[in-house]
Amino acid sequence: MNGPFYINGWIGEEASLIFALVIGVAFGFFLERAGLGSAKKLAAQFYGTDMTVFKMMFTAIVTAMIGLFWLDLFGVMNLELVYLTPTYLAPQLIGGLVFGVGFIIGGYCPGTSCVAGATGSLDGWMNVLGMLSGILIFGELYPLLEEFYNATPMGELTLDDYFQLPSGVMVFVLVMVALAGFWASGKIESKTPSKNEFKS
Amino acid sequence: MLRAILNKRENPDPYWNPYLCGIGLGLVLLITFLVMGRGIGASGAMTSMVAFGVDSITPSHAEANEFYKGYLGDGTVSPLKDWLVFEVLGVLIGGFISGLFAGRSSKKIEKGPNLTTSRRFLFAFIGGMIMAFGTKLARGCTSGQALTGGALMNAGSWVFMISLFAGAYLMAWFVRRLWI
Repeated sequence: MNGPFYINGWIGEEASLIFALVIGVAFGFFLERAGLGSAKKLAAQFYGTDMTVFKMMFTAIVTAMIGLFWLDLFGVMNLELVYLTPTYLAPQLIGGLVFGVGFIIGGYCPGTSCVAGATGSLDGWMNVLGMLSGILIFGELYPLLEEFYNATPMGELTLDDYFQLPSGVMVFVLVMVALAGFWASGKIESKTPSKNEFKS
Repeated sequence: MLRAILNKRENPDPYWNPYLCGIGLGLVLLITFLVMGRGIGASGAMTSMVAFGVDSITPSHAEANEFYKGYLGDGTVSPLKDWLVFEVLGVLIGGFISGLFAGRSSKKIEKGPNLTTSRRFLFAFIGGMIMAFGTKLARGCTSGQALTGGALMNAGSWVFMISLFAGAYLMAWFVRRLWI
């Protein structure tokens, strides 16, 4: 096998779009199954009553991260060819804080608002409308924001490069961090009485 | 017809185990990397829609803006014929199917017990606006940065992820009346 297939020309443009649709269906399905189409469940993450967001997100990250490591190691795919968003430290730090504030006010992130809307949540659709407006505002202000948007560029940078560790060691460290987080999540949930009636 | 489709059952199925769903989502992400050489996303599709909208109304205005231009391409293909637009279309379908079979699909408004519907709509809208702004500054959202970049051990994605949790936890106390 010689991945990534699209980059190596094994599948074409049209097929990639059909693949996108299928991947999206699976993505939306798992988000809804875990309960992440519910604003109350998402918000509960930040009041310590339900750690589903953290648990699901970090399980997914760790699963894909370990998978990528093995696929690359056994030569199934070339990790070098996977697109890596360049790091811009300041706008990504500030962007994250702003995102977090918007997340707890609105109750959704971009993907989950779509899932909420698809299951009939009108507040989910309001959130999507808000996002479209926010993007438009950002676009209109872009000439003013451009300088900060491109500030502190660090290029394509991975954590193992930054800490100068072998990638396998970095994967191991992050898996340990995730496991510690899962253990702490259980502790936090058992200490805070759940007010969330959606909890199963 | 719509009422027949949107059938919320008295006792909807319980949610699946978050770790199990996480493994499922992680495998979906891994297959995407293997097949496409890129990860998943969500906010990028909405940006394509906005860029398409601006370009349809006032093409000269869109052309003069580097931000929109990045999503419009060279003009030979529609900005809506985009990988992420198709993926998000799938997300809507997948979420709908899951909710339907679990008996969770119905017209509803999710809000804290002390909030009126109109105020919930207002805050859902404002929250979306703020979040989108953060997303664009950071070059991605929870899908495109946190999940995708997280799995790639992308330094900027981990910074984004940590600061998004920090921002939400810091803000949570101030807006507790929205949810508790």
